Amino acid sequence: MAKPAAPIQELTRQYGPHLNYAPAGGWRAESTHPYSLVKTHCCFCGQQCGIQLKVRENQVVGFEPWEEFPFNRGMLCPKGVKRYLQNNHPDRLLDPLLRSEQGFRKATWDEALDFTARRLGEIQERYGKDAVAVYGGASLSTEKSYLVGKFARVALGTRHVDYNGRLCMVSAGHAYKPAFGVDRSPLPWSDIPKAQVLLIIGANIGDCAPITTDYVWRCRDNGGKLIVADPRITPISRNADLYLPVRPGTDLALLMGLLHVVLRDGLEDRQFISEHTSGFEAAAEAVQPYNPQQVAEMTGVPPQSIEKAAHWFAEAERAIALHAKGIEHQSKGTENCAAVINLCLATGNIGREGAGCAMITGQGNGQGGREHGQKCDQLPGQRSIDDPEARRHVANVWGIPVEQMPQKGLTAVEIMEAIHRGEIKGLLSLCFNPLVSLPDATFTREALEKVEFFGVIDFFLSETAQFADVVLAGSLHEEEEGLGCTAEGRVIHIRKAVDPPPNARQDCNILCDLARRLGKGRYFPYASTAEILDELREASRGGIADYYGITYDKVDRQMGVFWPCPSLDHPGTPRLMEEGRSFHPDGKCRFTLTRWRESGDPVDADFPVYLTTGRVVSQYLSGTQTRRIGELVDQYPDPRVEIHPRLAAAHEIKQDDWVTVTTRRSEVTLQAMVVKTIRPDTVFIPYHWPGERSANRLTHRTLDPHSRIPEYKVSACRLRRAASPPQWWSERGANGDRISSTPAIAIIKERR
Amino acid sequence: MYGYEFYVDPSRCIGCQACMKACEECETHRGHSMINFDFIDRKETIGTAAYVCWHCDDPTCAEVCPADAIKKGEDGIVHASLKPRCIGCSNCVLACPFGIPKIIPEYDQMLKCDMCYDRTSEGKRPMCATVCPSQALAYVRPEEIAKRREKPTNIFQFGNQRVTTKVFMMVPPEQDSVSIDVVDYMWEERNEPVAEAQSGTAVAR
Repeated sequence: MAKPAAPIQELTRQYGPHLNYAPAGGWRAESTHPYSLVKTHCCFCGQQCGIQLKVRENQVVGFEPWEEFPFNRGMLCPKGVKRYLQNNHPDRLLDPLLRSEQGFRKATWDEALDFTARRLGEIQERYGKDAVAVYGGASLSTEKSYLVGKFARVALGTRHVDYNGRLCMVSAGHAYKPAFGVDRSPLPWSDIPKAQVLLIIGANIGDCAPITTDYVWRCRDNGGKLIVADPRITPISRNADLYLPVRPGTDLALLMGLLHVVLRDGLEDRQFISEHTSGFEAAAEAVQPYNPQQVAEMTGVPPQSIEKAAHWFAEAERAIALHAKGIEHQSKGTENCAAVINLCLATGNIGREGAGCAMITGQGNGQGGREHGQKCDQLPGQRSIDDPEARRHVANVWGIPVEQMPQKGLTAVEIMEAIHRGEIKGLLSLCFNPLVSLPDATFTREALEKVEFFGVIDFFLSETAQFADVVLAGSLHEEEEGLGCTAEGRVIHIRKAVDPPPNARQDCNILCDLARRLGKGRYFPYASTAEILDELREASRGGIADYYGITYDKVDRQMGVFWPCPSLDHPGTPRLMEEGRSFHPDGKCRFTLTRWRESGDPVDADFPVYLTTGRVVSQYLSGTQTRRIGELVDQYPDPRVEIHPRLAAAHEIKQDDWVTVTTRRSEVTLQAMVVKTIRPDTVFIPYHWPGERSANRLTHRTLDPHSRIPEYKVSACRLRRAASPPQWWSERGANGDRISSTPAIAIIKERR
Repeated sequence: MYGYEFYVDPSRCIGCQACMKACEECETHRGHSMINFDFIDRKETIGTAAYVCWHCDDPTCAEVCPADAIKKGEDGIVHASLKPRCIGCSNCVLACPFGIPKIIPEYDQMLKCDMCYDRTSEGKRPMCATVCPSQALAYVRPEEIAKRREKPTNIFQFGNQRVTTKVFMMVPPEQDSVSIDVVDYMWEERNEPVAEAQSGTAVAR
């Protein structure tokens, strides 16, 4: 409501981000005390690597690699290694908070929950059911994600529930579901080393999915050729056998150009196309104009490289195309992914060992979090909310009349726009930091200032939660049992390692308590997470993402279960589309007609440079967790502008100079990192930071018309050398978000 | 661990620094990383290199130590300095051809990678090589490493000093040693024992 509860500096002083460097008790205490090991998973990306947390006296004090877990076999990136430091963190929210005249004040649970339920009720009474929206998060366990969807639709009766996965994988989902009838990577990662050719497009694997690097290198060990398309030479590009320096936002032209060459030279798999696909002719006709010369002019990739890539991919017996946010974060993200699928279908690369396409899901539970109902357009089991049969099935499991099942609601960015327009008046959010993660942050801030009631469930006070009326202290990943689903479609078991602090609560309990106060308690009678899972299994039964045969015990025994798993004696399904059979009733895979469109924020004479955004290896998403872990911050403390020496020279910019980047929305001033590893017509800024350092002040709200994903990867900007450091840099000393010399243990003592 | 060897391959490194973070978690030197990590030249390349102590067969660090504080075990592990003996003189730091030893001011002592002696002696793999997501640092059996494109060598040529090590560097298959001196590649030096390297360039990209 209106402004943050207190000046940002004051809130930062109280709630951080502060930097935790050492485990509870300090470095030296470790070896003398006994501990137990809990086998669970990392929470910091869609790979969800297996890890063992060291636990002592209800505190996570370290980690041990979990070498038996087959996906990562003990391997971890720096986020995984330091993941344990989010536990017992000085910034941890320990009590519910209510907004007061002097910032937030501690409240009792009854007070906070009563207030939340009353305000949500009042708004719905006055403005209608749909005047309240719920935001969920893709880092939540699958059970929590399921509960968020049910809570919104049953306890609140609103149609507006969506989640931050809308900013992540939806373009892939919206391409895969029409093509294959299912939204999941069709292949297990163990297929990657078996491919003869790997095409990686729009996926900075080294920084964003580090464990997958080992799979890529093993593919090369086996003689596989690596093709990488990216505007930057990323860590995996430097070992590429063929590097395609694609201009931001032109991936679709490149992919259509590859298919053009395949068809021109008769390299397509005629038998596969006729037996297993439909829609080929239209897709083939669409790529007709995309000859290598034309594509080279659009993309900046040399014609010879396009020819070579197409021939390598089509002539291989087994080829795999991997893709991620680089092609999905575009206003034609869905078409980009569809073009990858078209290429694989035309060359018969699907449903076989070592052949196919795969999206690399980025968020913690990015796969599981989108399968069971916190997406505005889906019900549990990846069922479409428009499907009358699906509505009946789920309404039946939930025990509500089917007429009460809300229809499809708005997506994440659209919800914020509806708040800005004054149509949505109340917002309940968990595990989402839209002020940092949504595009056009100035607009997001304006919307937050307009919302009449804003409730947050979280474990740290994120930049968005600073605007809240009430903050309910929820639970960390390691404080609640549940399932997750990894990028390869493997359902895994997140074990509870520790209890939440005494006066914080598990997220599921908070949602159920709120439901009771909203008079809907009878629909939320769960005594444990296992009971939520049992209901989820029924709700998903017979659906696409069928979890009916999945139990915690089975997941433990098999080290993960790949869905669909329709019965208790079913082993799970590591590879989809075996023998070319899709999930559609006719069993065919469908080509999608793709058409070229310009970016929603085109470069012109005033804004002549492409801006693209992304991640660094030491930070995760909006940084709510990773900007609180000392060494992850030290590794890359502030965002920098990556700029080619040629572009830098044209603007008289040298290494470490301050550069103001201006787009049609706003501007930010950051330090230059002059590198030859980026196209000279493009600059790159990582997006993990808030406020004056936020890359998302620059990005725009153009959405893909199908998936409604924002176009983070393509904006138009201009550059100028700044005469002096920006305000945020000068204020560093007074700001809590900085390298802290106070040992975390001292901060903890002070607060308790 | 019997039958396992340590292999370093900078061409696989993605610069993520998980090795450094994990090294700090090791019981014997918690809070201090013993990994040597470099951005080769960030302006020119994304290339990075992470490496551990090479554990020389004849360790220069031990040879130059005036206090006899650096010991090599029968298993080939060159240990960090013995606390009661180390005088913090930095001779080892200056002499090591690989630039490995570090003086830790807090302890007034030289510490270096001991290949996670506390772990390997209990049948656990070293922390860095276990977590390394690109397996640029690998602690595996020789038959496992034989599946790679590159080939291991443990012969390093520093001018006239030939160093053989316990830890292996992965090099292009046509190369037999690592050499950084142009002399080693010159025709007129062919009769010298230093001319092990036939072709190729330094492996670090």
